Amino acid sequence: MAKFRGAIVVDTEHCKGCNLCVVACPTHTLALHHDVNGKGYHYSYMQNPEACIGCASCGLVCPDSVITVYKAEIK
Amino acid sequence: MELNDIIKEENLVLKKSRLLTDNVMHYCPGCTHGVVHKLIAEVIEELGIQEETIGVSPVGCSVFAYNYIDIDWAEAAHGRAPALATAISRLHPEKYVFTYQGDGDLASIGCAEIMHACNRGENIVVVFINNAIYGMTGGQMAPTTLLGQVTSTTPYGRDAKLNGFPMKITELLAQLDGTCYVTRQSADTPAAVRKTKNALKKAFQNTRLKKGLSFVEVVGTCNSGWKMSPVDANKWMRDNMFKKYPLGDIKDV
Repeated sequence: MAKFRGAIVVDTEHCKGCNLCVVACPTHTLALHHDVNGKGYHYSYMQNPEACIGCASCGLVCPDSVITVYKAEIK
Repeated sequence: MELNDIIKEENLVLKKSRLLTDNVMHYCPGCTHGVVHKLIAEVIEELGIQEETIGVSPVGCSVFAYNYIDIDWAEAAHGRAPALATAISRLHPEKYVFTYQGDGDLASIGCAEIMHACNRGENIVVVFINNAIYGMTGGQMAPTTLLGQVTSTTPYGRDAKLNGFPMKITELLAQLDGTCYVTRQSADTPAAVRKTKNALKKAFQNTRLKKGLSFVEVVGTCNSGWKMSPVDANKWMRDNMFKKYPLGDIKDV
């Protein structure tokens, strides 16, 4: 059982759907959404939020800095 | 544990740097420039030198770099960023001056400027993005294009007899005595991004210590120019670019 839970918030309007965060995620939390944003990009979202460990790999590789990462200890 | 319990200010791990402006970057999805802009902004923020840093933006895709990082900037003519940075750094020796250049700008048009800036050992940081192509003008061959690589001006692949060999400019510059820190990094994986950030931080600290010119090459992708998806471009870079341009510190005095 993981000791930490993470969560991300994506600035969906500024996401360009490059898919780099999806590939970088070690726990397969992320995916590109079926819907598109105002510019027509399939934005990134947490498809599997329970799997997120808050490692921030997605935020590190994001070229547009649209990902904010949170991490909390499970009490 | 609900998501609302995790998404709180005290649990924050990573957020957009305060120095990055709200302008949407004009770069293509997945472009390495975005990652390196972010790292430069984070390094300047962490070192607390926002007011003392002056960037020199080049000609190329990153020509609008001044729109994205909230510091003082100057815009140089094509390839002449090291010359302009020399002037700024000599007039303001207490400032942190850096140039941000691509491979067409630095290795081709500005080859003489970077050579002599390195040879003089100017107290500046040079960030060099090597994506083996002229990205902005439509994917033409650059000096760093690999042998056999297809570009819009080498449609049958780069041929050594006709086009010469790929140029390892970073190794050339490492031989000059004016450079104090020469390194080649990448930004394709979280680990590589962290290493690049450390390299950039070290480069700016060298400026503080007045050690000479620090040169940070970042091997990057141009997925539009290479005609690939961003993920495929990163894989192609790992499979092909890293053989010719191996990562790591080349010189550290």
